[in-house]
Amino acid sequence: MTLLQVRGIETHIGQYHILQGVTFEVVPGEITVLLGRNGAGKTTTLRSIMGLNPVSKGEISFQGERVEALPTHRISRQGIGYVPEDQGIFPDLTVGETMRIAMRLNDDHTKARLEWVLELFPDLHKFWGRKSGLLSGGQKQMLAISRAYVNDNRLLLIDEPSKGLAPIMVEKLMLAIEQMKAKTTVLLVEQNFMMASRIGHRYYLMDEGRIVSEGMMAELQQDEATRRKYLGIA
Amino acid sequence: MNGIINLLVNGLATGMLIFLLASGLTLIFGLMSVLNFAHGGLFAWGAYGGVWLYAATGSFFVAILGAVVIGMLLGLVLERLVIRPVYGNHIQQILVTLGAMLVLSELLKVVFGPNPLKADVPPLLNGSWEVEGVILIKYRLFIICIGAIVFAGLLFVLKRTKIGLIVRAGVMNPEMVQALGIPIRRVFTLVFMAGAGLAALGGALLAPYSGVIFAEMGMQFAILAFIVVVIGGMGSIQGSAFAALLVGLSGAFMAYYVPELSLAANMLLMVIVLLIKPSGLFGAKG
Repeated sequence: MTLLQVRGIETHIGQYHILQGVTFEVVPGEITVLLGRNGAGKTTTLRSIMGLNPVSKGEISFQGERVEALPTHRISRQGIGYVPEDQGIFPDLTVGETMRIAMRLNDDHTKARLEWVLELFPDLHKFWGRKSGLLSGGQKQMLAISRAYVNDNRLLLIDEPSKGLAPIMVEKLMLAIEQMKAKTTVLLVEQNFMMASRIGHRYYLMDEGRIVSEGMMAELQQDEATRRKYLGIA
Repeated sequence: MNGIINLLVNGLATGMLIFLLASGLTLIFGLMSVLNFAHGGLFAWGAYGGVWLYAATGSFFVAILGAVVIGMLLGLVLERLVIRPVYGNHIQQILVTLGAMLVLSELLKVVFGPNPLKADVPPLLNGSWEVEGVILIKYRLFIICIGAIVFAGLLFVLKRTKIGLIVRAGVMNPEMVQALGIPIRRVFTLVFMAGAGLAALGGALLAPYSGVIFAEMGMQFAILAFIVVVIGGMGSIQGSAFAALLVGLSGAFMAYYVPELSLAANMLLMVIVLLIKPSGLFGAKG
């Protein structure tokens, strides 16, 4: 059974027709990667799933239930965590305050998830009382991922976690996302093909608001022509 | 010396009343970026509601509580019908809330008649104490206490409770708060209602203090509240409290020592503060 099914969604932003019939699915326990150049529609796809850019056509089903008409907060409560491209940090709140808002429940299970994520990202524990706006880029990304993970979400949508980060930090985040895979499913938007190909199972390649290629990540690694055509890399 | 202490108490009591009005305004502006010129109307409705309920029930506590509820309900209607369509547009907010202010004032005349109403101080709070030759008027001390409680309560809610954190986060990034599963619009409606309730509380407490209330009083006090919010820094509760006390005290002392300048005191204070610190005393830069 698929966890998330996106069928023929179309999204307009103002006068622009951004998504023009995007169809794909996410299988539980996998890391599915949306690839594509800038402006291909990857971020809009994640925002449309979250209801932040409502779709004008098409269907989105999560765990078999239609969600495309729900408001964002209800989509989130279905069990979808979201890490936006700009991290969506609350700069004046401390790390601890941010996590307090994020935790919907205060039960043992949620506390255990918090402990686990703090072990994964010890920096967050270290800077628990520091304002989020004063964290480094990598630490902000850790906070954004932890905030999405701490609730018992079955799917995490993560938008370009490697953007603007030093290679060593990218490596750290990649390992963390890989570890999360054991506990949740991930739909990752990424331009860094090296990173995506190392941790992704399945890929969907986007161009001009459409899916133009799909398959297992291992296949794309062998397909130089497709990579060159749509990603500009050999 | 006794005269100075009396002026201090008077100034503090007036300052606390202005703070109650300004705190609602700064809450609504600072957290939701809404310029609400109808705030004075909510203040006037609080005053009328309090006087009417006190006459009807004989309980000052019920009157105050009822006035706050009236303010909150009016706030709910105002937010849903008038403010919601103009979120994010300050020009439209000024226009529609000024219109709402006029409607609220005129409605007072329709409901309670065009003549000013007399407001009595409840017997328990009537009179004064004399301490070492200083006369302390009970009702003024009561207002100072309520103002201090509201100030502490607001700071506690915003800084220490989860709902306070959600409101603060919602101001910084409403989209992200929604993506965490929180219905931010509902939260903002609650903030607006709380601000309206505070305005009504200020009005209900002012009525016995001034002795007479009239439909246009809202506009008069709204201007004072805006001055306080600008001096204190838009969106800062601490700034509003400090500026309100400054305005109250300077008004009391100038009316006594330099009466010819007392009317201009608030404006002068605002001009000086804006020249030195354009974002207000406690306002964030930019």
